[in-house]
Amino acid sequence: MAEGVLVLAEQVDGGLRKIAYEVVSEGSRLADVLGEPLTAVVLGSGVEGIAAELAKHGAEKILAGDDPALADYTTDIYTNVLCDIVKDKDPKILLLGASTQGKDLSARLAARLDAGLAMDCIALKVDGETLIATRPIFGGKVLAEVAIEGTPQMASIRPNVMEIIDAKKTADVESIPVNPGVGKTRVLEKKVEAAAQVDLTEADIVVSGGRGMAGPDFSVLEKLARLLGGAVGASRSAVDEGWRPHSDQVGQTGKVVSPNLYIACGISGAIQHLAGMGSSKYVVAINKDAEAPIFKKADFGIVDDLFKVVPAITAEVEKLKG
Amino acid sequence: MEVVVLLKQVPDTETAIQIGEDKTTVKTEDVKWVINPYDEFAVEEALRIRENQGGGRVTILTAGPERAVEAIRTALAMGADEGVLINDPALEGADGLGTAKVLATALKDIPYDIIIAGQRAVDDDGYLVPAAVAEFLDIPQVSMVFKQEISDGNIRCERTVEGGTVVIEAELPALFTTQRGLNEPRYASLPGIMKAKKKPLGKKTLADIGLDSSEVGPAAARCRVRTLSFPPERAPGRIIEGETVEEVAGELVRLLREEAKVI
Repeated sequence: MAEGVLVLAEQVDGGLRKIAYEVVSEGSRLADVLGEPLTAVVLGSGVEGIAAELAKHGAEKILAGDDPALADYTTDIYTNVLCDIVKDKDPKILLLGASTQGKDLSARLAARLDAGLAMDCIALKVDGETLIATRPIFGGKVLAEVAIEGTPQMASIRPNVMEIIDAKKTADVESIPVNPGVGKTRVLEKKVEAAAQVDLTEADIVVSGGRGMAGPDFSVLEKLARLLGGAVGASRSAVDEGWRPHSDQVGQTGKVVSPNLYIACGISGAIQHLAGMGSSKYVVAINKDAEAPIFKKADFGIVDDLFKVVPAITAEVEKLKG
Repeated sequence: MEVVVLLKQVPDTETAIQIGEDKTTVKTEDVKWVINPYDEFAVEEALRIRENQGGGRVTILTAGPERAVEAIRTALAMGADEGVLINDPALEGADGLGTAKVLATALKDIPYDIIIAGQRAVDDDGYLVPAAVAEFLDIPQVSMVFKQEISDGNIRCERTVEGGTVVIEAELPALFTTQRGLNEPRYASLPGIMKAKKKPLGKKTLADIGLDSSEVGPAAARCRVRTLSFPPERAPGRIIEGETVEEVAGELVRLLREEAKVI
């Protein structure tokens, strides 16, 4: 008989990622509704030490799969190991983060377990025995409420959306044996992008530039983003002009972002762009053109030259941070 | 080299989506249908692999309604060699796993060294089908690839991860999904369009590939849409005005700090 909620708390290079806290917190909320236990799983190499942290966000049981074979994420080995754990623990609900790793892993795992999976969810609830997920489709133009059936009921949650709760629980970390099985892919190299310390999809604050940037110099945006601990994004037209790399593109066919604050600079607000940033909590639009559609989607708007406004905002924030 | 592209026809991203009367599907009339943008990268990359490897075949595989023929013809006009459409009314309401089972089953009759798919379809944003196809075929998958190289029966892929990239190697046969930056898809030329009309385009039903709708259709779905809705409209925003740019910037920062509490 399936019972409880199981979550995978993602780590990278021996540190828990922010999405790990979000997944555990959301798992804890659902486990409370069901009146059933929450188990958090951490997989990696040398991760036992960090796992205990998850109790503070609601984990009652913490399992650490610690093995050199898990040092780097690979789809096959992580699927093998997580599949074993799920079969052993038989949870009702299984949650992962919808990070690049989580999407890759949860999709493969759902196929192996023949389990229903709702990807990139922004809200979850339980209706009787059924997990109900809300997920944006058509790049966020439409919200779908999806019922997930079978066992386990799987969902991956969008980074930066679920609230991190403070549960002040304690739990022992149980080390569990790991059978990595056969790895069909090998990680040859990892490169950290100097320009992308904070990933767009996980950033709390995104400062984006569009056609109004009028060239590849995004330094005014970079300065503000750095000061706010955020990331720099770009509209499709800025990317098409070759001013920014493809990896910076925000939109329906680029990255979908959900920051607390999205600052759109010189972006008119085409429907594809709005689709990619529509679930931002607060939107600021800065554009010379008072008729730009982006102003209809912005909480705060400034009609002026971004090259004057953004440095002035940067100066104000600097004052604030003293 | 045998390359298969998993292709989906989707509404153009400029389309304003309308929700149907049933509240669980979207209206399909007045929609401009296109190849899923990420699948265009897949078609282009497949053609380049065929060119670089000095031959082989590029097959387009689609599960979808009759109109999806147009998307397959476009890919054939770009230069793909043949197309296969799995079209069965019983597939309406299938979920991602069901669709993946259909594609994986169809692939039993199609030779492949490499399978390429878009990282996601921009209609259901499911991210599920390619990985599930790879699982059902028991072959490795690499997601969100923006560069790849094939040699000696191996594929070496550069993929996007948070804050960086990873280089991953897998043995063929393998499946990978596309990311922006992989290539610049070519347009179908006029001679290409003329040639495409004569290229083989096979149509099959579930029965033709030996599947029953109870295994893959709506009855087998693990995910069911209950309702579709539009995201709540934002309240009309506030335009911040002032005498000087400093004053405006100061007011914005105050609002972001004191009202929105986001900085």
